[in-house]
Amino acid sequence: MTRYLPYILRNTLRNKRRTALTVLSIFISLFLFCTLRTVITSLAASLESASSARLITRRSTSLTFMLPVSYRDRLTQIPGVEDASWMTWFGGIYIDERNFFAQFAVDPQRYLELYPEYRLTPEEKDVFRRERTACIVGEKLARKYGFEVGDRITLRGTIFEGVWDFTVCGVAYPATPDLDTNWLLFNGEYLNQRMGDFGQVGAFVLKLDDPARAGDVARTVDATFANSAAETKTETEKAFQMGFISMLGNIQAVIYALGSAIVIAIGLVSMNTMMMAARERTREIAVLKALGFADRTVVGLVLVESLLITLAGGLLGAGLARLVFGLTDFTAGGFFPSFTVTDGTVAQALGIALFLGVVSGVAPAWNAARLHIVDALRHTG
Amino acid sequence: MRLPLQYNLRNLVVRRTMTLMTAGGIALVVAVLVLTLALAHGFSATLVATGRADNAIVLRGGATSEMMSSLSRESARIVAADPAVARGPDGEPLAQPEMVVLVNLVRRGDPSASSNVSVRGVDPQVFALRPDIRLREGRMLRPGMDEVLVGRKLDRRFEGCGLGETLHMGGRDWRVVGTFDAGGSGFDSEIWGDREAFLPAFDRVEYSSLTLRLTDPARLADLLARLEGDPRVRAEPQIEREYYRLQSQQLAGVIRALGLFLVVVMAAGAVFGALNTMYAAVGSRSREIATLLALGFPPRAILASFLVESVLLCLIGGVLGCLLALPVHGVSTGTTNWASFSEVAFEFRISPGILAIGLLASVVLGLVGGYFPARAAARRTVSEALRAG
Repeated sequence: MTRYLPYILRNTLRNKRRTALTVLSIFISLFLFCTLRTVITSLAASLESASSARLITRRSTSLTFMLPVSYRDRLTQIPGVEDASWMTWFGGIYIDERNFFAQFAVDPQRYLELYPEYRLTPEEKDVFRRERTACIVGEKLARKYGFEVGDRITLRGTIFEGVWDFTVCGVAYPATPDLDTNWLLFNGEYLNQRMGDFGQVGAFVLKLDDPARAGDVARTVDATFANSAAETKTETEKAFQMGFISMLGNIQAVIYALGSAIVIAIGLVSMNTMMMAARERTREIAVLKALGFADRTVVGLVLVESLLITLAGGLLGAGLARLVFGLTDFTAGGFFPSFTVTDGTVAQALGIALFLGVVSGVAPAWNAARLHIVDALRHTG
Repeated sequence: MRLPLQYNLRNLVVRRTMTLMTAGGIALVVAVLVLTLALAHGFSATLVATGRADNAIVLRGGATSEMMSSLSRESARIVAADPAVARGPDGEPLAQPEMVVLVNLVRRGDPSASSNVSVRGVDPQVFALRPDIRLREGRMLRPGMDEVLVGRKLDRRFEGCGLGETLHMGGRDWRVVGTFDAGGSGFDSEIWGDREAFLPAFDRVEYSSLTLRLTDPARLADLLARLEGDPRVRAEPQIEREYYRLQSQQLAGVIRALGLFLVVVMAAGAVFGALNTMYAAVGSRSREIATLLALGFPPRAILASFLVESVLLCLIGGVLGCLLALPVHGVSTGTTNWASFSEVAFEFRISPGILAIGLLASVVLGLVGGYFPARAAARRTVSEALRAG
């Protein structure tokens, strides 16, 4: 087939406008497809990055209820628990409501030790422990607002009343790029003291000796606090985050439906074009056949042409999606830790392009093969 | 001199396959447009319909939602005694403190999935303040009992929410004695129980909010001014309806923005398809165009004729798309509203306005996709066109 390549290429360029329009519509549909699929893979990646060696213990009723900080000592005594720390959702407003990002008051002594995947220097950790109003910002957040060490950040409390001032003492860099760093951590002692030593925390984080025993340990923890004033619910970090994703409702189903609608819509469009192209060339195909070209070859010529066009669209769509989302650091306002077009997505997009090429090439190719030379020569385009 | 419409219609019929394929592509674009608009519309309609225009909700100053607010008994008492608060037939102020918490419930049919549901501790006389809400089945709450009422959107979504079932929350079991119908508003996704039984169960000392009837909505400003001047209270009233509207704004905006992004990009793809089809139509009808020109039809008429054909083609797609989307009307779905962090059930709502937007969009696609090919057709000279065929 390679020796016909110049002929095929010339065919695709014959009606430049039409080829360009077809490539563009396939490019657009596959760009959208990659974007939608990346929504799903990014959600999954945020789950993957959650550690199964850590458990989250929260109030059984709901996250919005707090647990006594005194539970920490009892938690560390549970067999299988290597270390325990705590965090509290702060929910403050930075300048105005639109600048939403996560803020947690955390145990200044132990919390950072439980999350070694966020890199900080020993000096930064040290200042965080000592300074009451110290805070640490994640890399992405720091980049978004231009926060640097020494900067002051003021938050307006919504759950905890008042105006809260923090001084940035460190920027946390993630060990792998798919980790979320759109957050601010601050010294939990500050919250505790200003709220009058209320001794409550949002949730505990437990580090396990052996991740394989996570289920047993979780059950033991919950059994320990069953029938107490504050019953607990313990699950792996992964299950905990899965809970948030399931709250979005059936987002996956919606995305799949949209994705198929797009692919089908554009499939129709490109099939249409291929058929037009083949129909216009009826006479020419007849000439080829009269010259002695086998049916097989004629079918191949039409199919390869259609594949070339759809693949060009696919490469453009997948490539541009990867480039755009890779370069712009798009995170949908911090909703996704990272929005990365995976190799799998690119492969699927190219697969769809191939499929579109075959499907839209088959009908015209079939027609070409069946053509009676005499009829075809009489045909007026 | 205009070309008869029939000419274009017949052309569409003759080129059936092409017509159907292009129209099919447009149909899917229009369907996606209609559905995203219906989703955003349904979501806003649910929350905007929540709350009354003559009720005010009082939160702690600075709190952006009931979930974050807390109001002491004393503050609640002071606000309720304000002259701007309407009084019932018994002379008592129409004002009821409420307590709102979020409870994580397991979805029916999927033990691994759960979501937050708003649980509201209300006064057993709650319907006096919210006359639009009525009991649907079962009976009213009895004060001090472990009983709850469930909004009608919840019973099929979550375990334990059906009439007669038992819910475990706050370390106690609560029997579902009735369901209520809040007319499609956000209250339909809530669980209500006796406030005085809920407070100790959920370990709360303070209320979350106070809802009151204003003697006149215009007196909200007076109330606000008086509360600001009173050092004993830290409370901020706002019109109840406005409060819920603000709660929906963010998410509805996001749905709309995402939908529009999708539709705009898809529409670009569809325009390319329409352009292709119309260029091909012009190309294959070269001789016809030449004949028409030779018969004395002005180029203007040729341009109009091809534009009409393109618009018709896309309009077929638009109608198909609307028909495709219609069955989804009324299908209910739910998502977590970020403002309150609790699940809100709502329906896809397709209004005549949304269908009109869908059809209008298809006409615009037709005009954009048809203009250049139509212009190309009109610019031909007779001899050139005759030769091309």
